[in-house]
Amino acid sequence: MQHFFTRERIIGLIGIITALALLWLVQQSVPDGAISTLRIPYANGKPQDAPLIDIPLPTALTIYVLAGILVGAAFGLMWRKRADLAPAYMGGVIAVVIVSILLTAIVNNRTDIVDMLGRMVRLATPITLGALAGILCERSGVVNIAIEGTMLFAACIGFIVSLAFGNSWLGLIAAILAGSAIVMVHAVLSLHYKTDQIISGTVINILAVGVTGYLRTSVILPMEAGGNRGAALSQFDIPLLSSIPVLGPMFFQHRPITYLMLIMVPLVSIMLFRTPWGLRTRAIGEHPRAADTMGINVNRMRYFNVWISGMIAGVAGAWFSLEASYNFDDVMTNGRGFIALAAMIFGNWTPFGALSGALLFSAADALQIKIQGFDFALPSQFVQMLPYVITVVVLAGVIGRARPPAAVGKPYEP
Amino acid sequence: MSTPPPTPPTSGWHTWGGILLVPVLAIFTALVIGAIIIVATGADVVAAYGGLFMGAIGSPRAIAYTLVEATPYIFGGLAVLIGFRAGLFNIGVEGQIAVGSMCAAVVGAFVSLPPGLHAIVAFIAGALGGALWGAIPGWLRARTGAHEVITTIMFNYIAIRSTDYLIKVPFLDKESSSQRTPFIAEGAHLPFLFGPDYRLHAGFLIAILAAVATAWILKRTIIGFEIKTTGANPDAAHYAGMNVPRTIILTMALSGLMAGMAGASQVLGLEHNLKASFSAGYGFDSIAIALLAASNPIGVIPAAMFWGALRNGAGLMQLNSGISINLINIVQALVIAFVAADQIVRQIYRIRSARSAGVTLSRGWGR
Repeated sequence: MQHFFTRERIIGLIGIITALALLWLVQQSVPDGAISTLRIPYANGKPQDAPLIDIPLPTALTIYVLAGILVGAAFGLMWRKRADLAPAYMGGVIAVVIVSILLTAIVNNRTDIVDMLGRMVRLATPITLGALAGILCERSGVVNIAIEGTMLFAACIGFIVSLAFGNSWLGLIAAILAGSAIVMVHAVLSLHYKTDQIISGTVINILAVGVTGYLRTSVILPMEAGGNRGAALSQFDIPLLSSIPVLGPMFFQHRPITYLMLIMVPLVSIMLFRTPWGLRTRAIGEHPRAADTMGINVNRMRYFNVWISGMIAGVAGAWFSLEASYNFDDVMTNGRGFIALAAMIFGNWTPFGALSGALLFSAADALQIKIQGFDFALPSQFVQMLPYVITVVVLAGVIGRARPPAAVGKPYEP
Repeated sequence: MSTPPPTPPTSGWHTWGGILLVPVLAIFTALVIGAIIIVATGADVVAAYGGLFMGAIGSPRAIAYTLVEATPYIFGGLAVLIGFRAGLFNIGVEGQIAVGSMCAAVVGAFVSLPPGLHAIVAFIAGALGGALWGAIPGWLRARTGAHEVITTIMFNYIAIRSTDYLIKVPFLDKESSSQRTPFIAEGAHLPFLFGPDYRLHAGFLIAILAAVATAWILKRTIIGFEIKTTGANPDAAHYAGMNVPRTIILTMALSGLMAGMAGASQVLGLEHNLKASFSAGYGFDSIAIALLAASNPIGVIPAAMFWGALRNGAGLMQLNSGISINLINIVQALVIAFVAADQIVRQIYRIRSARSAGVTLSRGWGR
């Protein structure tokens, strides 16, 4: 029993069970001979215009083929004991589930698939930024589970400043400052007072819920009642690039923070792997004693990295209250900060890996929004739960292969 | 007895004073900062804190209500504490309470059994539901290394969505206009201790018993020893021949069992049905109580009572001074911050440091 449930067997079993569930889904809710049509419109086309191309797919057959591939690959994985392919297989399972649910939901109907892809990139924004914040901390050896609280606090402060001045750009700057300020509580507790880093992160998460709840009832609501108004950061299309079919709506028709995210991913990647700062950061995360011997001030560098990560988490927070909607709600980050950590682990502590992890989660989110308009057999609660289930499955499938920075979570005493 | 066993001086008044000093000073400091916030918003501190005090313990009924509020926090604090002792951080109390209360509500309303026995069976069903919901992340941690901090949070969301569905569709009370399950049978009620006016129910006594039982398990049983050894040093536990993965799963199940009892006692003792969006924020509060209790099972009882008093008094505080109830959340967060980083409190009040070896929770994300 001890060694029966090896990683590849667990993952393979999850894949096979998923395939069976998909077959059941088809039996339940797909009529014979049904067709699902995926529509790809022109980049700047209106919904009533003629599409670039319509792809009609036989619903049941497509899902059967996808499920068959899952089962085949699962047996391959188990037979050849390829635990190293587990993350890729996991990504495949999630993608198949999302596509199958989409096809089932739009049975005998058609939907604009590019619109969903664009929304996927938008919804990946806070998760990716949160994961980048996590990477900067953890690469330097500090566990940061305070990202959720940092985002929530930044979203609240950014919204208040934006309401006060009627300018969302000022709000964004305030959010960045707020994020970098509250995360310093985590830095001081964990680096100076050597509090357990998970606990000091939790302190911030609890503090953020309390403070933002208080600020909402005693500052934001009176301000809104007093006639303070503002507007969300507005969308701007990149000239020329935005009119490329598929890629245009996916990457070049967004609002500012989403562009910022798309720029930050390669930027952080270059900083981390191609600059002296990046080398030092990775050194103090892997072997602080050696780095110290080479003349790096370990704790000062950790303070700096945690501070920068607070700024990035602040940008992520602003996305909630200043870009996705112009509003602040209690606990509006809804676990995205924790999902960001899962994306970070999925991406093996690399920026591009984290982006791909974030896209898996945001795809589930985008799917949920997409199928709201369609009549669908599964209750909405189960579709809403998909990103969280995916997080668990990804964590179970990936950890063990993923290797965190060696010194993560350990305070350094010179 | 000629030769007394060489026990280290871990009991006695001086250490009890040391244990109590930090939490008490942490609470005091947090309340002072809360007062500063009240003054900053231009309200009356005396009216606010007077209201808080009177609302919490100003009359026999207020005291009874405070104990009613404290009951789920005792169970929740124990749940987190058991995890702490094994080096596991159970943030999933919220979800385990949701599952536990769901199971208790379904057994209480849809199964017919003789009175009394019905309450016992429904309570056990709730406890086991919570235990199962805690054991799954434990199993994932032990078998795949998926970190319980993230999986338990995800299980919270999954539990809340699932119970929302179960309440609104299969187990909905169709005769009621609000979205809730039917009332449980009379025979499944936990009895009131002083009549329905005071609302204090037998769940409170079960919570006290659970705290004593937890202390006994951790101190006197083999599994308790395994839990503590795994928490102190999993490698040592492994080389000593303990089954560390099994201990992890069992700890999480035991932790979930406590949380499930919190849900069951709320449903069977107080609410008598389950509404959509029932459990509100018990998860993080339970962490706070475990920290405030300094990981001592008996200490959970006063810590939970303090928490219940703050919650119960907040209403009158708002009524008397116009201060938002959310101020309590800030005070609570500050209490946790000061207890977690006791060095700060020690620095403010110039107390010498006397730290015992704690359990490390942050060991990175893998195994």
